[in-house]
Formats: sequence, C-alpha cells, structure tokens
Amino acid sequence: MTDTYAGPSSASVLLQQPPGKPDFDVLVVGAGPAGSAAALAAARAGCSVALLERGPFPGSKNVYGGVVYGRVLDELVPQWWEEMPVERWVTRRSTMVMTADQALTVDFRSQRWGTAPYNGATAHRADLDGWLAGHAVAAGAVLVPATVATGLLRTTAGTVVGVRTDRPDGDLTARVVIACDGVNSFLAKEAGLHPKQDTARHLTLGVKETLALPREVIEQRFGLTGRDGQDIEILGCTRGIPGGGFLYTNLESVSLGVVVGLPGLATAKVRPEELLADLKAHPAIAPLVRGGRQVEYAAHLIPEGGYDHLPELAGDGLLVAGDAAGMCLAAGIWLEGVNFAIGAGMYAGRAAVAAIGAGDTSQAGLAGYRRALEKSFVLADHRKLRKVPGLVLSERMQRQYPGLICDLAEGLFEVDNPRPKPGLRRLLRTAVRRHGVSPRRLLADAITGMRAFG
Amino acid sequence: MTGQPGEDYREISFDDRMDGTEFRVSERAHITVDTEVCDSCTVRSCLHVCPAKLFVPRADGGILFNFEQCFECGACYQVCDAEGAITWTYPDGGLGVVFRKG
Repeated sequence: MTDTYAGPSSASVLLQQPPGKPDFDVLVVGAGPAGSAAALAAARAGCSVALLERGPFPGSKNVYGGVVYGRVLDELVPQWWEEMPVERWVTRRSTMVMTADQALTVDFRSQRWGTAPYNGATAHRADLDGWLAGHAVAAGAVLVPATVATGLLRTTAGTVVGVRTDRPDGDLTARVVIACDGVNSFLAKEAGLHPKQDTARHLTLGVKETLALPREVIEQRFGLTGRDGQDIEILGCTRGIPGGGFLYTNLESVSLGVVVGLPGLATAKVRPEELLADLKAHPAIAPLVRGGRQVEYAAHLIPEGGYDHLPELAGDGLLVAGDAAGMCLAAGIWLEGVNFAIGAGMYAGRAAVAAIGAGDTSQAGLAGYRRALEKSFVLADHRKLRKVPGLVLSERMQRQYPGLICDLAEGLFEVDNPRPKPGLRRLLRTAVRRHGVSPRRLLADAITGMRAFG
Repeated sequence: MTGQPGEDYREISFDDRMDGTEFRVSERAHITVDTEVCDSCTVRSCLHVCPAKLFVPRADGGILFNFEQCFECGACYQVCDAEGAITWTYPDGGLGVVFRKG
C-alpha cells in the first residue's frame, strides 16, 4: 500500500507569503448537490462565492441510482417540487430479494407520495445538478465550469487559502474552501482528512444502463399513470458479490444498475456488465425492460462506509461535504445520498459564513459544521444506522439469506396436495438447513437488524 | 440495437454498450500506467473492475491500456493501490466523459 494518492493534487502549493485580500469569501469545489447547496447558502448570506466544476456543466460527471429525496430542500428552495426537473414521483417502492430463478417482492404504493409536498423523485443528474447550481448562481455565486482544482493553496502553517486550477493563472484564493469534489476527493485527501490506508474497502462500484422505452410501455409494465414512478431495490442479484441492484422508472426510460463492493468485484473476477446482463435476463426483470434501447452506460464509485468511516470534516480554512465526506447512506431499505449532500452542503455553507463573520476560519472556528450535522438528519441517520452497511454487505445477507427467504416463500405459497401443508416453523427449519445458515447466527443478525433499524 | 419488438435486447457488444455515452477526448492521457509493474502483477484487478474495459490483457502477458473512454470513476487506481502501477488524474477541465442520464 502506497502512502500517496493518485490524483491531480499529490502535493499542495505552499505560499511563502499569506495572500492579501482573497478573491472570494468562499470557494466551493464541485457543483454537485453538496457544492451548489453550499454555494447557495453562502451566497444568500451575502458572501462572495465561486463554484468550480470540472465538467463542462454541473452534473456532467455525476451518476447515481436515480432517486432523490427533496424534503431537505424545503429550507433552501421553498416549493421546490414546482420547479425541480423531475422525471417521475416515486409512488411505488419495492424491495426485491432474488435468486437465479426466484424473486420475492415487497411492494408498497402510496398515492400521497404523488402529490405535494412529495417524497422521492427520479431525475437525471445533468438536469437536477444544473437546476440547483442555477439557484446558487441566482443567489450571486459565480459558476466556473470546465475547471479542475488541481491542488490546495496552503500557507506554510498549513491553512488552506485557496486552490490552484488548470486554467492559465489559475490560482483562486478564499477565506474558506469547501471541498465537494466527489467520492475521489483529492482535495480532502491532500489535506489529510481521509485515512490513507485501505481506501477501497468501503467503496462500491455502481454501473447503470439507461434504457429507453416509450412512456406508455413503462406505464403499462410498472402499473403507473401520469408522473407516478416506481423504484425497485434488489438484493441477491450479484452472484454473491457484496452489493445489490436497482431498477427505477424515468419518464421515457428506465435506469437499471448494480452496485458491488470494489474488493469483492476484484476478487470475484467477474466484470460488472456481466452482472447487469444477468439481471436483465432474470425472469422478474426481463419482462420489465424488454426491448429497452440503451441510451447511456455509466459508472461511478460510491462511498458506503457509513458513520464509522467518515473522514475528518474540517481543517484550517477547509470544509468537506457530500460524497467527498462519505455521506452516502447505503443501509438496505434506505439508499440515499443526494439529500445528505444537499443537507451537508447547506450546513457547510452556513458554517463558513459564521466562521468568516466571527473572523476565525481555523478548524476550531469551523467546528460548528460538525455540530450542526450531528444535530441534523445528516449525521443522526448515519450514526443511527452505523451497523447496517456491514450487515447488508455481509456474506450471509448476500449469499445465504436471499435463497433462504425465497425458499421460505416458495414453500409457503406452494400447494402440494395431497400432502398436508407444512407449518412455517418446519419450512424455516428446512430453508435454514438447506442454505447452511446457523440458526443462532440468523437470530443474532435479526437482533442486530432490529437494533440497527429500531 | 433499435429496441424493436422481438429483437434480443440482451445481446449487446461492449462497443455498442459504450456508444451512447459521450466522451470529449483529451489529447493528454489522464491516466498513466507503469507497465513494468503490470508485467510482474499477478492480481490484475483492473481487468475486472474497470467498467469501461480500458485494461485488456495482451497475448504476451502484458496489459494494454486506453484512457479515451474513461468514466473517471477511479475504480482502477483504488484496486491497484497495492501494486502502484496506476497514476490517476482528472482529465483537463471540460474534457472527458459527459453524462446526460446520470
């Protein structure tokens, strides 16, 4: 294991002289949901803000499963649902557990989620991120696209005072830098906020196909009307590699993907698109996606370590938010990220404003950020569910439980006349034995699950 | 791949798979590989984890490498960390992959 990172910013630029008046109060790197929320919060409070984006436009480098939960926006953009670029409102939420030829689905629908103030929505990141960045710009932030932050500018004492960019004369200085530069966050790593060892262990790789289908075909197959949408989360579709899958409906396409742990994928010697091909051919999925023309194939890393593996969130002159701070929640029935990014960005922006106002942008002066996060859903949810990522990605949950659950359902629903019906207890005993699960282990996992979710 | 009824939508070549994704290719290779390290590497995780299949084995045992259709996910350098062959940077501003449906 090397102790240096790959990335554009392997070494900070040390300034012998502290800069004079900085170019901006706040410099936000990355115009994803965290960055735009940070820029919006800071600009609204009257700070001068630059928002750097390495892609040609916000969202162009970004990929996610496909569902955003917008409630956090109530504070930033009142009535956001009237203007957010949404594909469909999720009114049908399903969890599917599958083996190669079985599938058990828990399917919930609520028409209340299809009316204001709404719950989840499918959206494309190029639309969503651009929309939120537009709000930051309207509040006064300067969006600087097509620009890579290649390293931190630091004083000899180590305080972050800006970034170097890949533009000619590209140094930009600021009182506070907010790194929202995504899962690979070279800036946070360069500042020493991330642990340097074993970084791949808590990362998953998501691959996603966007499959175009006519609107009415989607509505027929998924039982939807108007802007209603379905979101299906899948366990057991990854050949035992820790991970899962998803299928989300957009207006005129569906997003089909798998998410797998990076170390598991590397050792399994399976390629990600093979897992997607499996999923597409599965009898429970094939009829839903049949004939879909692939319009985009995409991939992205996801930080799934949860609360116990968050980096440091602040340094002298520096805050970290969003994927750069590992704020993705991958906890089985909850798979969320954009909402945490928006929340964290908002609090980072406010903390930067408060620190600038108080004249102390040191790590101590910025510590209000972490306190605000701990009080809000952002870290409260992560803290509460800290044990779940480990449980969901465990060997048993991945290799044994899907088959056990499906066999249990098959036994329960099978009509095997003239033999009398087996009792649930016997079915469970048989399934547990067939899948080599220790009953004690099963009980322990059930208790862990109840505690973690409870 | 026109999505006509009856057509087997599951059969898709890797080239076709990558066809829908836009890349603004930079002249500068944003990833570099020290192939001497690759020659002695027995793990070769990059072959499996790169979703864009940018790493392919050569007949002589080496690894052939391309940077042009990179999703910029970082999976390759993350799994190669131990081997240390891959140096990974972002493409220059505005270049590289451009997702529309992400």
